[in-house]
Amino acid sequence: MSLMILDKEALASMVNALTAGYASQGGAVIGPRAKGSQFVFEPISDPAHLRLDYDTSILPPKKALQPVEERLATYTMQGEPSIEAVIEAKPTVLLGVHTCDLHAIRLLDKVFSKDHPDAHYLKRREQTVIISLECLEPCDEHSFCKSMGTLTADEGYDLHLTDLGTAYAVDVATEAGEKLLSKYATAEEASEEDIGRLNQVLSAKWPKFTYRLDFDPAELPGLLSAAYDHPLWEELGERCFACGSCTNVCPTCYCFNVVDEVNMMRTEGERVRHWDSCQLDEFARVAGGENFREARSERQRHRFMRKGKYIYETFGELGCVGCGRCVRTCVASISIIDGFNTIHESV
Amino acid sequence: MTTSIYEPEMARLTKVEQIGPLEKLFAIELPDGRNLGHDPGQFVELSILGIGEAPISITSSPSRSNGSFELCVRQVGDVTNALHQMEAGDKVGIRGPFGHGFPVEKMRGKDVLFAPGGLGLAPLRSLINQVLDERSLFSRVIILCGAKRPEELLFRDELEEWVERDDVECHITVDRGNDEWDGHVGVITTLFPKVNINPRNTVAVTCGPPIMYRFVIMEMLGKGIPETQIYLSLERRMKCGVGKCGHCQINNLYCCQDGPVFNYADIKGIEEAL
Repeated sequence: MSLMILDKEALASMVNALTAGYASQGGAVIGPRAKGSQFVFEPISDPAHLRLDYDTSILPPKKALQPVEERLATYTMQGEPSIEAVIEAKPTVLLGVHTCDLHAIRLLDKVFSKDHPDAHYLKRREQTVIISLECLEPCDEHSFCKSMGTLTADEGYDLHLTDLGTAYAVDVATEAGEKLLSKYATAEEASEEDIGRLNQVLSAKWPKFTYRLDFDPAELPGLLSAAYDHPLWEELGERCFACGSCTNVCPTCYCFNVVDEVNMMRTEGERVRHWDSCQLDEFARVAGGENFREARSERQRHRFMRKGKYIYETFGELGCVGCGRCVRTCVASISIIDGFNTIHESV
Repeated sequence: MTTSIYEPEMARLTKVEQIGPLEKLFAIELPDGRNLGHDPGQFVELSILGIGEAPISITSSPSRSNGSFELCVRQVGDVTNALHQMEAGDKVGIRGPFGHGFPVEKMRGKDVLFAPGGLGLAPLRSLINQVLDERSLFSRVIILCGAKRPEELLFRDELEEWVERDDVECHITVDRGNDEWDGHVGVITTLFPKVNINPRNTVAVTCGPPIMYRFVIMEMLGKGIPETQIYLSLERRMKCGVGKCGHCQINNLYCCQDGPVFNYADIKGIEEAL
């Protein structure tokens, strides 16, 4: 829609105004802040905590849209049992989202809208304004956003920030973004000179990032189709601890389980949805005892297939955005990049 | 968008009947006596508040709806154990019906061969009774039914009725007999040599324990039935029923949405299917 310029000081006061403004509506501003030597997406109450210079976050900002745990319904078991859905959505600003995670959110939007729309996700999404942030430096050697084409984004955000040194260039992409900006900040329209600076910054970043896949990711679905019986799966299965960390940190993983929780007196309870993982032993097990994906090798294969093939077949885009979190977190040092490259080499 | 796809509707158990060593038949009535509006082969998510939710195939046929539907449930997990403690009048949550059922319209005018094994009779019964209620629209009806032991044969009255009927060819077998059993003994595949079929004009349908499919399908193919005319209903952990939670994935398919009824030709190349 338009390109605006926001001084760094003006951004700080905007965050200040946003946190106050959203808190008064019962909402929140969620952004990156430090946790030990790492970073997490958490509600920002004090703008001084906001760390837009973060490299990557432990969990993806997805958790603001699909929480680790959320109530789906509350029920009473006393007398006539009854149950009522709960939609836990509140006005939210999701601030500082890197473009890899932005691509992931766009995929989740498709997932939760398809066929049977999921009101719990969609209502939350509807009330969320996304202010994303252009990465100008690679986070570490595990990310491969450049290979996956997620090093930048031209949609999926309301406002998009690019650090120009003393100010941010703000790409205003939606009406919601425009409204938020005019209400909470004083931004100026970008001048010719600003646009020149922006272009300079954007082209300067490109060579700093490395291609880590040895091939075009468009080949992934085809390569994986030919690799169903590849020895790699057995090898990964031997190393994998089936801990589920890789899927827990993945910005495009959305599988969940639903459990009933009850109070001490067993009179009332909640139906709660929480993240689940296809890497866990019981994921595909039915009550009768049959486990339809029993071996760890099959479960690792399933994860790779989901990321590089199955999700693509259903939604038209790859299920991996190259954020590198699964590689960073794996206790067994299983690398999806190495895995994809191995398959490319040998298929 | 404020309604949740995960909110069940509270429905009333109107009848509970023990029909197998671990199996009970439950008749369930939706509020206002509304029909469930299902296709044979579809399933519902049944929930018991405080315990959880489980996918259960619908065993009654749409042709016999009358304001209620039936589930045949084996007592085997948390939800089903709790359900088995319940009585007529108690309330359960229902979501659905979900998934793709059997393509009845493609079976009309054809010979229909049913091969249910054990509890696999539960989902197939919805189709068998639909076919029998529209008997004139189908050609031959052949039922080859197996169970582990005689006491595990479900819907005994109906099985006897099918055996008695002149317009149904029903053969029953058990893997192991007992003193009272004077019927056929042997696994379900041993019933296939008993029937002559016209393969081109036959649609075959099977459901049973996971181990059974490969062998039954081999018999069906051995009879010359084309792959495209074989249908299977598969069991998976269909937790959400709406293609989201991921537990029921069969490679790139979601059993709860793409199935639970599949055409054999469509899934024979899907490695995790059978």
